[in-house]
Amino acid sequence: MHASLTVRAALVSLLLLGLGLGAWHLAVARSGPAVKMDPEYAKLMGATATQGKSAMPGPGEVGAKIWQHLRDPFYDKGTNDKGIGIQLAYSIARVMTGYLLAVAVAVPVGFLIGMSPLMSQALDPFIQVMKPISPLAWMPLALYTIKDSSISAIFVIFICSVWPMLINTAFGVASVRKEWLNVAKTLEMNPVRTAFRVILPAAAPTILTGMRISIGIAWLVIVAAEMLVGGTGIGYFVWNEWNNLSITNVITAILFIGVVGMLLDQVMAYLQRLISYAD
Amino acid sequence: MAQALLLRLRRGDAGRDKAARRDTRGIHKGTVMSFKDPFDPANTLAHSCSCGEHESQAAHDAAVVDSTDKRYERVVQSAIVRAMFPQDAQRRAFLASVGASTALAAIAQFFPLGMATEALAQAQGAPEKKDLKVGFIPITCATPIIMAHPMGFYAKQGLNVEVVKTAGWAVIRDKTLNKEYDAAHMLSPMPIAISMGLGSTAVPFAVPAIENINGQAITLSIKHKDKRDPKQWKGFKFAVPFDYSMHNYLLRYYLAEHGLDPDTDVQLRSVPPPEMVANLRADNIDGFLAPDNVCQRAIFDGVGFNHILSKEIWDGHPCCAFAASKAFIAEAPNSYGALLRAIIEATAYASKAENRKQIAEAIAPATYLNAPVTVLEQVLTGTYADGLGEIKKDPNRVTFDPFPWESFAVWMLTQMKRWGQIKGEVDYAGSGKQVFLATDATKLMKEAGFTPPPATSKTFVVMGKTFDPAQPEDYIKSFAIKRT
Repeated sequence: MHASLTVRAALVSLLLLGLGLGAWHLAVARSGPAVKMDPEYAKLMGATATQGKSAMPGPGEVGAKIWQHLRDPFYDKGTNDKGIGIQLAYSIARVMTGYLLAVAVAVPVGFLIGMSPLMSQALDPFIQVMKPISPLAWMPLALYTIKDSSISAIFVIFICSVWPMLINTAFGVASVRKEWLNVAKTLEMNPVRTAFRVILPAAAPTILTGMRISIGIAWLVIVAAEMLVGGTGIGYFVWNEWNNLSITNVITAILFIGVVGMLLDQVMAYLQRLISYAD
Repeated sequence: MAQALLLRLRRGDAGRDKAARRDTRGIHKGTVMSFKDPFDPANTLAHSCSCGEHESQAAHDAAVVDSTDKRYERVVQSAIVRAMFPQDAQRRAFLASVGASTALAAIAQFFPLGMATEALAQAQGAPEKKDLKVGFIPITCATPIIMAHPMGFYAKQGLNVEVVKTAGWAVIRDKTLNKEYDAAHMLSPMPIAISMGLGSTAVPFAVPAIENINGQAITLSIKHKDKRDPKQWKGFKFAVPFDYSMHNYLLRYYLAEHGLDPDTDVQLRSVPPPEMVANLRADNIDGFLAPDNVCQRAIFDGVGFNHILSKEIWDGHPCCAFAASKAFIAEAPNSYGALLRAIIEATAYASKAENRKQIAEAIAPATYLNAPVTVLEQVLTGTYADGLGEIKKDPNRVTFDPFPWESFAVWMLTQMKRWGQIKGEVDYAGSGKQVFLATDATKLMKEAGFTPPPATSKTFVVMGKTFDPAQPEDYIKSFAIKRT
């Protein structure tokens, strides 16, 4: 029964995909009546103007474009034109740098907040104010103070991924069962040992949930940040193709962004399964 | 080369000057441009080449082949001969007594003319910093900055320049202020605004060279094709690229001349150029005064039509500029000089109509403008579809002229004051001189063998009204619609 559920779900997924692609194809396929134009004049105009072609590309065009990018993902034709593989690598590198910095800050601080009710209350107003700020709102400030656009982008990733981890770590640490802590006390474990041998394993699933949320947010934000600062990365790629009004490339990039985001999430989900435990 | 030197020795100064004019294609005729335009109707057509000084195009081409190298040769030769014979009479006497060929042989023997020429071209002082970053916005205004990369103008000056595409005007400003870029493509009013601290911290900036003149247009949504009279535009939403842009000032000027108050009768928005066509298609705006290739792209995609070219508002207006901070100029004067020479030479090359097709192809790839070649060709050659079914021809649709006239800056300051961007007393002439480095450009153009204009300021006409840079306050007072 279970296997057949998977099979049925896969079938429904395929059906939905087919329906979606079909609807998309039909929606853009209708080309308006060809406009009567002087051939000399028509030569100067684009296909949307001369053949009444839809400005949106169809699934076939996007598929061809994806294939073209997959065939040669790592070309490098100068500063402003690199293959999609290189662009994705730049984005992932930025996300990982900002993200790991955030882990290095959020987990210890979260521990502190979770273990000390005093710090928890003292830091709470700051966290509550900082948390809802859109990471991109930091961008102009970062550019102005850090004076380096790629570090600014990393900073924006850092600031957006720090909060979910911080709050989840604090929550996980604070809700470690009192009995376990009492057992540790009875065994006269020192605080450091308690932290690493009791609290960390107990809070790990919650901490990892925070980390999983963060990586998702970081990947969402990097695209917007790179569209702002430009230079390299998948966000810059989207911006550059938008600049050329190449919707085909924009859709292609959107699909790539989705796939990479999914992979990042799956990696975190795998880690989560590794450290989860049953009570 | 030997022939050329002999000829020059015989002809003396007058001949030398004439040769200089010929080699740079009759640069500087009149005051409008410092690169003479071969399609200018005012030019005599008695001669049948594009500069008007040769009998045929073939003779002209023969004379201008490799014109950069020739210019440097000439600079070196005239410097040597002038140094040897400071007085004209002496030189003539010497040449008459020994004969010009003997004179040349004698000079060539003890002075390595070829090496001196190379040295001058290569390094007027070695650049302090060879790896430079120059930011640009992907529009045709940036043509000289961009094309200098694929066409080797930077490399020729011994520079390794990386041209970096940038997302918008505020970002290019911040990255240049951050010193991530050594120099950048900016809208020509931006360095004035930055120097005055408008919209950023005040940092002294300079415009050593203008890039393009003309080359913008008012594009309207195709649904407004019957509303060609600006008086019907009440309530329209227009986009301009940036607050401190010629586009903003020209559109405001144009609207105000037609009795529309740009602040109350219409809505003006700052929109990055790439978003303009998308917004026009989505009906969020009714039109824009924007840089090309955006205007032609709207026509190409069938969403807009050309109302007027910006040259119909002010023929010869500056648009974008090559800008650098004064700190960079002071810290790396030789790098700056080399960079500027590359830009001036690229601009000179771009000013020639016959090079434009080649340039369009060089700057179209994804790493530069990332735009269809057809669109760029229409912009650069001036033979374009107007969006209403006609092919128009205007070779001056966009042209390139590096000379940063101080009066351009003064005009921009008057408009900043007129629209309330700056308040109180303005030192028009002083600010203009500080930012627009016309004197430096004169010196540099001379060194590179070009003929700069004789003055650093000039009057010009905007929509039939003459602007006198000496009377900026009176000029502002003469407008009916203003914010002062």
